[in-house]
Amino acid sequence: MVEGLKRRFGTGLEALTYLGQNYLQVEGAIAGELLHILCEEEQFDYCVDITALHYPKRERPFDVIWILYSFPKNERVRVKAQFADGAPVQSVVSLWPTANWLEREVFDMFGIRFEGHPDLKRILLPDGWKGHPLRKDYGILQQDQEWVQINLGIESGQ
Amino acid sequence: MNDPTSGVSHLDFDAKESTFLDASELIINMGPQHPATHGVLRVILKLDGEKVMGLECVIGYLHRGVEKIAENRTYAMFNPYVDRMDYVAAVSNGLGYCEAVEKLLNVEASPRAKYIRVILTELNRIASHQLWLGTHALDIGAMTPLFYTFRDREEILKIFEKYCGARLTTHAFRIGGCQYETYDGFEQDVRNFLDFFAPKIDEYEELLTTNRIWVQRTRDVGVISGKDCIALGVTGPVLRASGVKWDLRKAQPYAAYKEFDFEIPVGTKGDTYDRYLVRMAEMRQSMRIIRQAVDGLPSGPIMAKVPKVLKPPVGEIYHSIEAPKGELGYFIVSDGSTQPYRVRVRPPSFVNLQALDLMCKDQLVADVIAVIGTLDIVLGEVDR
Repeated sequence: MVEGLKRRFGTGLEALTYLGQNYLQVEGAIAGELLHILCEEEQFDYCVDITALHYPKRERPFDVIWILYSFPKNERVRVKAQFADGAPVQSVVSLWPTANWLEREVFDMFGIRFEGHPDLKRILLPDGWKGHPLRKDYGILQQDQEWVQINLGIESGQ
Repeated sequence: MNDPTSGVSHLDFDAKESTFLDASELIINMGPQHPATHGVLRVILKLDGEKVMGLECVIGYLHRGVEKIAENRTYAMFNPYVDRMDYVAAVSNGLGYCEAVEKLLNVEASPRAKYIRVILTELNRIASHQLWLGTHALDIGAMTPLFYTFRDREEILKIFEKYCGARLTTHAFRIGGCQYETYDGFEQDVRNFLDFFAPKIDEYEELLTTNRIWVQRTRDVGVISGKDCIALGVTGPVLRASGVKWDLRKAQPYAAYKEFDFEIPVGTKGDTYDRYLVRMAEMRQSMRIIRQAVDGLPSGPIMAKVPKVLKPPVGEIYHSIEAPKGELGYFIVSDGSTQPYRVRVRPPSFVNLQALDLMCKDQLVADVIAVIGTLDIVLGEVDR
């Protein structure tokens, strides 16, 4: 499988293994196409999870990670791609409907926008909240004090 | 022959039957404080009379930022926090987290520790299913099973309390094994429980399996196909009740599950009744596993050699286990320091809840309660 993908994508794709787990490190621009191939041709029919990582000092600070599983092959693979802040990521809701809430959570926590998502809005935090808590520059005690004061009628959530 | 309607001039028989009631659909808010939503879940229902046309879940009322907390704690310090996610199956949460960190550290728990882990995790699976059964039946209107299941669940919690001092948020395992050796009489207590509990499942089944009201309230309610389950990422008993024979304990064995003989119960129709049967069968299978584990409990150390300060090498790991609710995964990224760079929890309840909309479509309002119950969600895990 990896060879076929390498032929198709060339240097944009790197297949790596760590602790016995396979992952594909790809360029952000081809991530959408690669996921499409994995879903439609390589039988990765179950999207386990979508998550992200924030490296504030990097030029493209976000890693978006898709964890996939194939029922016919009993095999897992992770796809990892880097994105700049504000760069849109192609949504995979049309491939795996489960991505709907998972992408909403990534948007909520990191502020990464998914292009083509049917209803991208916050999921765990309230709609009016400012900030994305899982970014590294968001402090652990930090809160949207304004929201807390208006909506909860208390001075501070701390 | 005369046309019977010919004399009735004021009725227009071609027009669609409509009344003022059809003018609009009804939007109803259910929750967040509602006894049948098993916590603080808010559901916005779009109704046509009694029929559900669609719904939207509003979640996050119990959000505590567990993943953010993890980034500010050491690996060992975060261990008790995972118990607070799915608080009715705290042992499973701990197992998944400890195993993930062990993998990252390249440490393996000793055989004895693995067996103790299996015994406690399976006991917890039974406890979780008991709580599900009691509350689910109560929601539908059968009150007695709640008292029976809580009475019997108590016996499991007593074993937990004797083992580690806690009943609910047990924090039973440590990274590298178990902190506590089993107490004197642990094996006997577990065996006594198995002997005590075997007839109790029959008792539950006697109350419900052929009960006409129960069957009518659950059969053909909230049907979901195996294909839809996979597309929506639904795992656990819900997936198996739809006919997909998939259990991580068999598909990708962890702990000591490879060594035990058990079956994966599956359903055929994927309705609420099938999910009930699957979970009942799962409790019996758990008992089989526990009996084998107690009989074969090896001796030896309970902790592997783990450094005092945990500093996993730079890298990342995804490890998942079959929790009572489905696939519970931990994605942990280490930057080589004492604190994880990122801990992502893949919660089964959160992903399964997404199927609620599909499962409730064209059902009655009363069935929404049944479907929320049958999904077996814990809001602590949905919101984290």
